[in-house]
Amino acid sequence: MEVFLVSLLNGLVYGMLLFMLASGLTLILSMMGVLNFAHASAYMLGAYFAFTISQHIGFWPALVLAPVLCGAIGAAIEMYGLRRVHKNGHIAELLFTFGLALIIEKVVQMTWGLIPVPYRIPEGLDFSLFTIYGTHFPAYRAFMLLISALMFGAIWLGLTRTRIGLIIQAALTHPEMVGALGHNVPRVFTTVFASGTALAGLAGVIGGNYQVTEPAMAFTMGPIVFVVVVVGGLGSLTGCFIASLLMGMIQTFAVVLDYSPADLLKWFGLTVTSSTPFHEVLTVPLPRIGALLPYILLVVILVFRPRGLMGTRET
Amino acid sequence: MALRLFARLATAALLAAAAFAGSGPANAEDTIKIAYTDPLSGPFAQVGDANLKQMQYIIDYINTQKGGALGKKFELVPFDNKSQPSDALIALKSATDQNMPFIMQCSGSNIAAALIEAVDKHNSRNPDNRIIYVNCGAVATELTNEKCSFWHFRFDAHSAMKAEVMVRALPKDVTKVYLLNQDYLFGQSVQRDVKAALAKLRPDVQVVGDELIPLGKVKDFAPYITKIKASGAQALLTGNWGPDMNLLIKAGIDAGVDLRYYTMYAHLAGGAVAIGPGGDGKVRSVMSFNENVAPEIGNKEAEAWTAAFREKYPFDFYAAGFRTIFEYLQEGIKKANSTDPTKIAFALEGLPHKDFLGYDTVMRKDDHQLISEYFVGVFKKGVKYDSEKTGLGWGTEVTVLAKDLEQPTTCKMKRPAER
Repeated sequence: MEVFLVSLLNGLVYGMLLFMLASGLTLILSMMGVLNFAHASAYMLGAYFAFTISQHIGFWPALVLAPVLCGAIGAAIEMYGLRRVHKNGHIAELLFTFGLALIIEKVVQMTWGLIPVPYRIPEGLDFSLFTIYGTHFPAYRAFMLLISALMFGAIWLGLTRTRIGLIIQAALTHPEMVGALGHNVPRVFTTVFASGTALAGLAGVIGGNYQVTEPAMAFTMGPIVFVVVVVGGLGSLTGCFIASLLMGMIQTFAVVLDYSPADLLKWFGLTVTSSTPFHEVLTVPLPRIGALLPYILLVVILVFRPRGLMGTRET
Repeated sequence: MALRLFARLATAALLAAAAFAGSGPANAEDTIKIAYTDPLSGPFAQVGDANLKQMQYIIDYINTQKGGALGKKFELVPFDNKSQPSDALIALKSATDQNMPFIMQCSGSNIAAALIEAVDKHNSRNPDNRIIYVNCGAVATELTNEKCSFWHFRFDAHSAMKAEVMVRALPKDVTKVYLLNQDYLFGQSVQRDVKAALAKLRPDVQVVGDELIPLGKVKDFAPYITKIKASGAQALLTGNWGPDMNLLIKAGIDAGVDLRYYTMYAHLAGGAVAIGPGGDGKVRSVMSFNENVAPEIGNKEAEAWTAAFREKYPFDFYAAGFRTIFEYLQEGIKKANSTDPTKIAFALEGLPHKDFLGYDTVMRKDDHQLISEYFVGVFKKGVKYDSEKTGLGWGTEVTVLAKDLEQPTTCKMKRPAER
């Protein structure tokens, strides 16, 4: 019970962090068709900006300023880069963002150095909120949950209850029609791309001190975010939300469940011994392949349900 | 016309090449070149970059204050290997093409294994152009056992030695431990070595958990901490390094679990930041050096020397122990009275040396493994030199002398004919 409850909390926190990262990407991918490899780089930039800003004027201004900076960079990338590359097709866009991710990583290394920076949790939040079976639940995690929940609410309201949200929703499925109705679709694209990167930047601000702010953080977060987006389904914020929590839970519970395929076979009366074919694979415990499970899920989803859990169109 | 032009160009090129060839050996006479190959780009670049800067500092000191060797200066020539054995072999090729007597490599036992094999082959085929492989940190135990080579000298303790030091540092009241390691050559080696050391030195200790994690894939270690806590372990023993080390400890400290951490690499770049003030007195690391050793043993000269590094670079001088390597090369060259790699290699065998901290060390003849003192540091408040501006730093808790750290080897050394 202890392990279950604590793991549930862990999974929830990690899942919500994933959601913050993935929500921006799912907007960009579903709307513009751009598989933005540089998305996790915005996450990293958010963390580094927040570190620098918090050294001068504190964490709270950084919470606002760093995402705004990331958003501005995102807007510039869309207007001066992606828009030009766009006419050469999706492959060109993909390669463009891929190159961008590498460049950003190098720039970060050159600006802030190769070693992690001491980006710390603000003192006002550096205490343990409650203790559950002897494990502290830091207040900062509660704060992360709060921010991500607020963000989910804000995006959902923005998309479904505002005029610009309606246009974005329409542009998701019928960009030509929206354009024909006289809306400035390129500007909508820029707005979406900038908000997407700003959201990633916000995730960086509160994820950077939860984890460690270092030049490899974009590289480690990147792939899992793509999994969330594909599993959740294109154009679906709810799908993205569910997939994020699912990934958080999968990764958390995979660690604590010490079972292997052999244990499953035992239920069917089959005992795995060293002479059984593939016994090495069958006796691998779940924790050892836990980090792989999301990717297995990705492959399964792509094969059997290409539009994802809640997607409205094929990937 | 075109033909004549071509002939003229070819002649010019030949002349230029001859001029270069003529000046090449003259340059090589001026300095003793050491090729250094490690990741200088990619995810592990911070390791190679920090090593390079610290080595450069040490070499400058040896050259200017200790007079180099045979009136020549040492020169470090960096080659990026991107953590790839194939790139390390390209570096080896460039080094031998330029007649360098040494190639040095620190990170990655898989790369080390490839280098040992390639150096062996090269040296047996080219008796006039040999090279010595100086291993400054690839610690898989087999490199000086089954895979040992006459041309390979290892200057860092191997993982079985580190495991033994770690187990010796376990207090008597710790009887339940949890092992967590990375799922690859080195991590599995640590897992095996720690268990062997526990069985030998602390049979009363029970291993309540034994886990391998995928290398560099885990982003959130909180679930592992939950599991470790549920197992009732009093101490966590790990050979993790890089992000796998830093995120693990951070998650543990954040959860406030009552646990002691015994590590091999928490003292490297990024470790101190990840542990933070909350980890005061909880984390220990097995190390060849820390900046507080010199003041603790009252060695003023060594202290002044390491403190001067601080003023020049914004990071910890954790690799100051590399100085022993260059002092060995210096003494080996002096003893051989030559820069010929074969003569130096014979001179290095069994060479004793008092290191800059004042401890006795020896390059063991049987397997070319340096036997030196080793420390267990604890990360705590109130030390003279802090780490990564955290206000906390590594203080020495246990010192294991070279003579107590000698482990048997299975190496059957094949030596070339002495010339």
